[in-house]
Amino acid sequence: MSFFCNSYPVIEKKALAEDIYSYTILCPEVANNASIGQFVQIKAEGYMLRRPISICSVDKEKGTLRLVFEVRGKGTDKITELNKGDLMDVIAPLGKGFTTPAKKEGRVIVVGGGIGTPPMLDIAKQYGENCTAILGFRSFDRVILDKDYASTGAKTIVCTDDGSVGVKGMVTGPLTEELAKGDVACVYACGPTPMLKAVVEAAKAAGVDSEVSLEQRMGCGVGACVVCACTVVRGGKEYVLRVCKDGPVFKGEEVVL
Amino acid sequence: MSVKPDISVNVCGQNFKNPIIAASGAYGFGEDYTDLYPLSALGGISCKGTTLNPKDGNIPPRIAETPSGILNSVGLQNPGIDRFINYYLPRLKTQDTVVIANIAGASIDDYREVAEKLDSTDVDMIELNISCPNVKKGGATWGVTCEGAASVTKAVRNATKKPVIVKLTPNVTDITEIARAVEAEGADSVSVINTLLGMRIDIRTRRPILHNNVGGLSGPAIFPVAVRMVWQVSNAVKIPVIGMGGIATAEDAIEMMMAGASALQMGTAIFNDPYAPIKVCEGIEKFLIENKIEKLSDIVGTVKPW
Repeated sequence: MSFFCNSYPVIEKKALAEDIYSYTILCPEVANNASIGQFVQIKAEGYMLRRPISICSVDKEKGTLRLVFEVRGKGTDKITELNKGDLMDVIAPLGKGFTTPAKKEGRVIVVGGGIGTPPMLDIAKQYGENCTAILGFRSFDRVILDKDYASTGAKTIVCTDDGSVGVKGMVTGPLTEELAKGDVACVYACGPTPMLKAVVEAAKAAGVDSEVSLEQRMGCGVGACVVCACTVVRGGKEYVLRVCKDGPVFKGEEVVL
Repeated sequence: MSVKPDISVNVCGQNFKNPIIAASGAYGFGEDYTDLYPLSALGGISCKGTTLNPKDGNIPPRIAETPSGILNSVGLQNPGIDRFINYYLPRLKTQDTVVIANIAGASIDDYREVAEKLDSTDVDMIELNISCPNVKKGGATWGVTCEGAASVTKAVRNATKKPVIVKLTPNVTDITEIARAVEAEGADSVSVINTLLGMRIDIRTRRPILHNNVGGLSGPAIFPVAVRMVWQVSNAVKIPVIGMGGIATAEDAIEMMMAGASALQMGTAIFNDPYAPIKVCEGIEKFLIENKIEKLSDIVGTVKPW
């Protein structure tokens, strides 16, 4: 559970869609300690705050981390000036990730919305054909990682708001159908808050556990500054927790969205 | 010079192995960075502002980036003084660094009660937060008038024998008046400065980025303001001044000490580079060696004004 603060070489940079980039960095010490759903704090040269970016995939053998993120503002834009061979300054791995059942009993469903798609790719890798990945995007030109998910063996369903590719409409349609088939052990989700709400409700209705990865503006990223608050309810009592250290992944039935 | 320079400092009789204290709010209760280096690397830690009862803080977003700085409005989220005393303090006291409790309250009685509770602990010093800009009561409301600042200081002074540091807000007409007022009521030291009140607006939504609308500005953006106020205050009072506000480099640290600071606090810079306090100490040593200065405290207040 320990983290590092260091500069690591970029060994691959790819543009996945307009303003969406995939970086792979060589960082054996981080990769060795990282688990699914954790994140990194990337330094954007010239900016005070680091940018929290979820880990898309970890390759412990190669010692690499894959990071996929969208340019949201000047800070993330600055980070994309890094090219292959450059050093990326990160604090990583951070936070509590997804809890994946050790035994592959039943299926799992992952639901990703837009730039919320990346952090669950390794869940699909772990479960292969026992995973159904439901990925939602605005339109065909915003679709990312669908082939990566499909190549894990996961049943991959792409949805678009405008129907320009895949199923037209929200992820909740296919999700409800998949849940209705039974034998689902857990639903994992990351994406816009309204989508997370809908996913948690659908899972609850089906009596299935869910875990969601949250996004919040962060300060330190390690739990010290208590800037990235979120509320969870446990045993009827409300607690204000830190997205960075107590999360970013929370139980769907506990978190107030 | 072959001898390693002495970078220890002394404030109100309390020795610090180096001048860098983690600023309240930036370093929690000292648990969060120990993966990178031990707490003993710091001269001291001023813990997260703690109140009598636990507080949940403000609704997020609580932070925004600004040019060379950040704006925050956490709103004093903390586990309460009992949890601090029973859980965090014993852990902190084993880590070979000076432990400063930072306390805040909504009433004079709150401050008094918290100070009384701390008086019987082994906490090293108490810093009074009378300048938090992010809560409606118990923050800057005390710190913006001489009467308010004096009354809180007096109540705490009467409640504890611990060294009392009063953290001053820059959001006042004349910070030296407030400094004199708390000195007169028995403050052992003042820390200068807390954050400057600021605001950012998202021009697409026309909403302030902070849910609290306004928040405290920190980071290098406020450094020149902090240097000026440290200089003014150190000339106005006899008690030692702890300087803070935007320190990010060894040069900043030296500048702040020349302005009159006996010790320093760092906060925002740590978010950007967790190793910043260590790098600052190394840089200070280098400066002292290069300038043939044996003791860091010899530079305090040595600015030569025109």
